[in-house]
Amino acid sequence: MITELIITSTIKITLVIIVILTGVAYSVYAERRISALIQNRIGPNRVGPAGLLQPIADVLKLLLKEDIVPAKATKPIHTLAPMISIFVALCTIAVVPFGDSIHLFSRDIRLQIADVNIGILYILALTSLGVYGITLSGWSSNNKYSLFGGLRSSAQMISYELSMGLSVVGVILMTGSLSLQDIVLHQFGWKWNIILQPIGFITFLVAAFAETNRAPFDLPEAEPELVGGYHTEYSSMKFALFFLAEYANMIVSSTVIVTLFLGGWQFPYLQTFGLPPLVVSLLQVFTFVIKVVAMIVFFIWVRWSIPRFRYDQLMNLGWKVMLPLALANIVITALLIAIFRS
Amino acid sequence: MLNNYIPILILMLFAIAFAIVCVFLSKFIGPKNPNPVKLSTYESGMEPVGTARQRFSVKYYMAAMLFILFDIEIVFLYPWAVAYRKFIPNTVYYALIEMSVFIAILLVGYIYMIRKGALNWD
Repeated sequence: MITELIITSTIKITLVIIVILTGVAYSVYAERRISALIQNRIGPNRVGPAGLLQPIADVLKLLLKEDIVPAKATKPIHTLAPMISIFVALCTIAVVPFGDSIHLFSRDIRLQIADVNIGILYILALTSLGVYGITLSGWSSNNKYSLFGGLRSSAQMISYELSMGLSVVGVILMTGSLSLQDIVLHQFGWKWNIILQPIGFITFLVAAFAETNRAPFDLPEAEPELVGGYHTEYSSMKFALFFLAEYANMIVSSTVIVTLFLGGWQFPYLQTFGLPPLVVSLLQVFTFVIKVVAMIVFFIWVRWSIPRFRYDQLMNLGWKVMLPLALANIVITALLIAIFRS
Repeated sequence: MLNNYIPILILMLFAIAFAIVCVFLSKFIGPKNPNPVKLSTYESGMEPVGTARQRFSVKYYMAAMLFILFDIEIVFLYPWAVAYRKFIPNTVYYALIEMSVFIAILLVGYIYMIRKGALNWD
């Protein structure tokens, strides 16, 4: 029983990690091509057909570069920081369901790495750990740009974590469960949380942009003032790990947004078509992937369309707009549930 | 129930292994030609002035402190939100009013914080 669990979950984990790493490589490629499209350029198109092998070339190049650790840096922490970042980015995916269950090799396999009943808390706990990677890298580099990048980033991430946590409360009120599978199952038919929780969706989306340090909230690595921000003093694979973690975070938060608000793997009224169970399962996974890809494209689109915030604007938005909005959302949701359900 | 957490443990081991392999792979594969200038701190091509371990603005501490306060308050909202539907239909307004009082107390602290200018960044 336990061995079977370990074997199936190891296979699932390997597949998921491969998908995420490939996803990271190709979302970097997509980002470069889409930004080129938006800025009326061509973008990478030399390595392989239409530049499709560019990510592999980039990784190889970074792997073969010299790993420079500044003489004044605190070396153990300098090495540890990118590891924390990538650890958090890869582990968050564990509780996200990418399908209901699939019947293969005469057993039902759940399409989720771990269905724990505290799914959302697990995600929030791990994303909070992400601050450590960035803050420690900024401090340990012993570089002024890095320090300011790390400081800004930690202040920004903890500020937006509040509104992120609060906007999730609305979703929990709708469902009455912390398990992500329950939340997806609750969003059958048209009852996606984006329709039932529009304010919660907007606050969560903005908080997700800030948490992943994506534009318009990419203050920690604002190039004109802070060079590379917290990863100024990183090179070779350690830099690659930060880069990887940033894009993996983007993918993972897309999956979380899709799960919480866009119906997860639910394809509206799929059960009424009378398809064979295997096809239904595969279609659900396919639906999930399509939604996540759309979300990633949205992330990229926003980055290349909206200018960066100033730091005081960012903090004002986080504390004086998002926080009251998310709180109001909770009270209104609870009131509406009380009125319509009793 | 604890069996549910075994896959998470395996995933964490995978992630740690991946991180360690990546960091040490580049250490072994990459070239090694250190020199004092290369290893000096980057400061836009200038000679580094002093150390980066200096004092920084107190506002960051304020943000961190307020975060802890509000985060703890938010944690109290979670069990309430999970249990809220169980109060339907009899005591749901009781649950709503109770949490409204809690949020109102939270708001008093919030307004005090804003009026004191704890988060003015200019």
